[in-house]
Amino acid sequence: MAQTGRPLSPHLQVYKWQVQMATSILHRATGIVLSVGSILILWGLIALASGQDAFDSFRACAGSALGLIVLIGWTWAFFFHLCNGIRHLVQDTGTGYAIQQFVRTSWASIILSIVLTLVVWAYLFTGGAA
Amino acid sequence: MKQDLRNPLARARGLGSAKDGVGHWWTQRITALALVFLTVYFLVTVLGLVHADFATARATVGKPWNAVLLIALIVSMFWHAVLGLQVVIEDYVHTRWLELLSLVLIKFLAVLGALAGVLAVLRVALGS
Repeated sequence: MAQTGRPLSPHLQVYKWQVQMATSILHRATGIVLSVGSILILWGLIALASGQDAFDSFRACAGSALGLIVLIGWTWAFFFHLCNGIRHLVQDTGTGYAIQQFVRTSWASIILSIVLTLVVWAYLFTGGAA
Repeated sequence: MKQDLRNPLARARGLGSAKDGVGHWWTQRITALALVFLTVYFLVTVLGLVHADFATARATVGKPWNAVLLIALIVSMFWHAVLGLQVVIEDYVHTRWLELLSLVLIKFLAVLGALAGVLAVLRVALGS
């Protein structure tokens, strides 16, 4: 960066922490996570195309302890980016910009993403898909 | 008082300081909207296949509608990802050559990823 000596923005450290800051940065963070996580989708599809052996080892990895941790994290990242993304799409229409609405929908994105993650994994762990 | 301080030529071109207008912004929103539906469809499909065997999973992915929707998912997913990563890189990478290198790299990787994914779905759908 050019050393102009001018003050830089934003000065995150001088702001009081607010939930909208968390959802904003988490939207980027989960976006990056999901971009990298797209490799998992590719892995599954390529394994399916390659044959039984490749698919079995994909399954074994996905079902391992590490695999499950990654998948649970991936599920939350997906649901957060989905919920908060819909929130952004709604805001793009020009609605929901009152401070109170902004705070409330931020919390809604966070809470809903956690609830949806729990629902999906409760369904999986109770053998709902069997 | 004049509301718009841009000169008439700049307004007619409508390209702004980034030189490509609102194309990036719009494409990001359109792919986002597509992904709202496609990812939920994908999740439901995968949840239905968790306990399925290889043959069932292959048969499901190979069905024409599933294959079409999966290809649509792969294309819009990588497209959306590259647009999002581009903004992150432009915002945080301040060394020009590194910025440019990253921007080119994510585009190459996204295209390769999309092609690999589409080919995998086609291989399953066309049964080779």
